[in-house]
Amino acid sequence: MKHIISLLMENEAGALSRVAGLFSARGYNIESLTVAATEDPTLSRMTIVTTGSDDVIEQIIKQLNKLIDVVKVLDLNDGKHIERELMLVKVKASGVYKDEMKRMCDIFRGRIIDVADNSYTIELTGSCSKLDAFIEAIDKTAILETVRTGASGIGRGDRILKV
Amino acid sequence: MFRVHQFYCEIQGFMDSKAHPPADTNTKSITGADIVIRCLNEEKVKFVFGYPGGAVLHIYDAIYKQKGFKHILVRHEQAAVHAADAFSRATGEVGVALVTSGPGATNAVTGIATAYMDSIPLVVISGQVPVPAIGMDAFQEVDMVGVTRPCVKHNFLVKDVKDIASTIKKAFYIAKTGRPGPVVVDIPKDITAHVADFIYPKTVEMRSYSPVLKGHSGQIKKAVKLLLEAKRPMIYTGGGLVLGDGAAELIKLARALNYPVTNTLMGLGGYPATDKQYVGMLGMHGTYEANMSMQNCDVLLAVGARFDDRVIGNPKHFGSVKRTIIHIDVDPSSISKRVKVDVPIVGHVQSVLAEMNEILAQEKTKNDISDWWTQINEWRKVHGGRYEQSSVVIKPQYVIEKLWEVTKGDAYITSDVGQHQMWAAQYYKFDKPRRWINSGGLGTMGVGLPYAMGCQFADKNAQVACVTGEGSIQMNIQELSTCAQYGLPIKVILLNNRYLGMVRQWQEFFYEDRYSESYMDSLPDFVKLAESYGHVGMQITQPGDVEGALKEAFAKKDKFVFMDFITEQKENVFPMVENGKGLSEMELPKTKGGKA
Ligand SMILES: Cc1cc2nc3c(=O)[nH]c(=O)nc-3n(C[C@H](O)[C@H](O)[C@H](O)COP(=O)(O)OP(=O)(O)OC[C@H]3O[C@@H](n4cnc5c(N)ncnc54)[C@H](O)[C@@H]3O)c2cc1C
Ligand SMILES: Cc1ncc(C[n+]2csc(CCOP(=O)(O)OP(=O)(O)O)c2C)c(N)n1
Ligand SMILES: [Mg+2]
Repeated sequence: MKHIISLLMENEAGALSRVAGLFSARGYNIESLTVAATEDPTLSRMTIVTTGSDDVIEQIIKQLNKLIDVVKVLDLNDGKHIERELMLVKVKASGVYKDEMKRMCDIFRGRIIDVADNSYTIELTGSCSKLDAFIEAIDKTAILETVRTGASGIGRGDRILKV
Repeated sequence: MFRVHQFYCEIQGFMDSKAHPPADTNTKSITGADIVIRCLNEEKVKFVFGYPGGAVLHIYDAIYKQKGFKHILVRHEQAAVHAADAFSRATGEVGVALVTSGPGATNAVTGIATAYMDSIPLVVISGQVPVPAIGMDAFQEVDMVGVTRPCVKHNFLVKDVKDIASTIKKAFYIAKTGRPGPVVVDIPKDITAHVADFIYPKTVEMRSYSPVLKGHSGQIKKAVKLLLEAKRPMIYTGGGLVLGDGAAELIKLARALNYPVTNTLMGLGGYPATDKQYVGMLGMHGTYEANMSMQNCDVLLAVGARFDDRVIGNPKHFGSVKRTIIHIDVDPSSISKRVKVDVPIVGHVQSVLAEMNEILAQEKTKNDISDWWTQINEWRKVHGGRYEQSSVVIKPQYVIEKLWEVTKGDAYITSDVGQHQMWAAQYYKFDKPRRWINSGGLGTMGVGLPYAMGCQFADKNAQVACVTGEGSIQMNIQELSTCAQYGLPIKVILLNNRYLGMVRQWQEFFYEDRYSESYMDSLPDFVKLAESYGHVGMQITQPGDVEGALKEAFAKKDKFVFMDFITEQKENVFPMVENGKGLSEMELPKTKGGKA
């Protein structure tokens, strides 16, 4: 099953590679990984999207907790949470595509953020599955380029990950 | 020779001196190199095993001027780390090694990985190229933090002289607390020349690291209750019991309950091998009775052991029997990793076992398990550690039995990796923890001799024997020179079968006797080799000479003796749980009735 794991770690050189190294050394999947400093510059917040059986996820959480630089780990799937990802898609916007792309962008509540002679760049945020759905919905041959940030996640309401 | 002896006396004098020489008390504006030394003094380090080179020259200069610890010059950095590792295994203290950048650092990696797999607390200080040269492919540059990341508990690159003291303090703290492990501190050369005030922190506060010590009381109560209700109980202890110095509490618990006890390869000595409740080592080459009891028990108490694949055999087969598992381990990630556990107890063996003993002391009724003991005693008769004795060729098992007798079971036994390791584990009866020093997790050939050095430094008056094979001993043979320099009276017990025996055994069993590259030609004359270093060399070819030779060797209390026992070439290690087989599906010697 897909899990979104959130963690806080010391914002130190090499901390990211410890996490990435752990996943590759132990053969865990990473679908995406995002990281940036928090409002407290000594801490980084990371969101990892991974898949695995319950046993594997349990080991992943334990192994992450074992890393000396990791301060806190939370499996967002243990409770209500929100997930958002940002995607930039450059699509063909000539001929039949011109209106078609504008229409799809509106349906998915995206924004066209760059317009060139033959292309649009569309910005879209939402859950990973919404972004997947957009890619599914438009004509594949019209896609020139996609960039995705990977998901960021946060607990709902009182679920707060803080030191 | 005279000089050598004098040197040893000097070391003895050093080890005897109770009070450390008065430390330099100046704390203002000292060099990074001096700060390193002062940190090691603060940690009461007695020995640093190392090898010099460009990046650590400032540190070596500071070592020249200090008296707080003794530096031991090895002949290869791998051996420095192994020796520091064995010093730790023997004493429980943190082992310390010092190596230069680049090749010195990479040579240390096998030693670090070996310690990591067996959870041994080490601090390894490596030199690094100067900060401005980092990333420039500078001479002797290697990204030590990157290279060692997967095989350390943690590592640091220090980039400011002001951070040296606090980093080393953290390194020692991390190495020895929680689940122990090696920590690397990589220090660029320029940093060791810069100056700063020396301030050694008294304590370590880390928001990201706080190991659990005390187990959950509710879980502990539940565990005791389950143990008392068991019909076929079993206590299985591992390296964690030894590392956590929990043997005394375990003995108390096991005796109070009168339950059978088995040890893993790493746990030998955790429970006295000569005790009647001991059923021997379990696992791939465990005793018949230990493996049968492990497989068939209904309540299993696992203490500081990690259900390794060499211990439980095929996990599916192991899981096919219903049993309740209680698991005490300081590392949550060891619990339910390979085998689902019913009652997890995260905590330090010592405190958890002590709490269990307190609860048991209140208990009036005894749990009678005489039927289970009757069954176990039946199993004991099946193989019973028998091997076919011979009057013409030396049996390796026989050498170990005699070694045990001659040393009165009280020696530090180090071993290399292979068949000889298994025979040492099976036939030397360890009654005390920290006496059996070997590489279980990584299985590193070449550890034996440097491990013996570490043990001899840990306990200068102790009998130290290194049980080895002609393959393994050649992987760190250069240390014969170190042993000469420091006059270490180690006894090498070479079980020379002229084969990479463990490999040959697998080739016999699984590759129809195709002995691909498991025979080695052109072995040295080990007697002459030993003599060339000023050691005593002996070759023993007759079974009748084994005991006498051992007595003669151990009577030479201040001599290093290299004993080359020419043994049966194709002896196999039994019992054996073959890969993929279940614990109760052991292979026994053909002459003893084949499969169990
Ligand atoms: C050729 C060869 C053959 C082998 N055959 C066998 C065999 O037949 N049988 C066998 O048993 N092994 C065998 N091994 C060794 C095997 O590979 C493993 O190294 C070994 O079984 C692991 O031992 P362990 O479970 O005691 O764990 P260790 O590696 O010693 O781990 C210790 C555990 O205790 C925990 N711990 C540490 N400190 C504490 C504390 N203070 N409190 C609580 N918990 C703590 C740790 O977290 C860890 O989980 C063989 C190795 C080789 C090279
Ligand atoms: C560094 C290293 N290389 C290879 C191995 C694989 N290996 C395990 S046992 C063994 C043979 C050891 O031979 P020897 O030291 O003569 O001991 P014996 O088995 O004959 O007693 C080998 C090659 C290993 N464990 N370590
Ligand atoms: Mg051999």
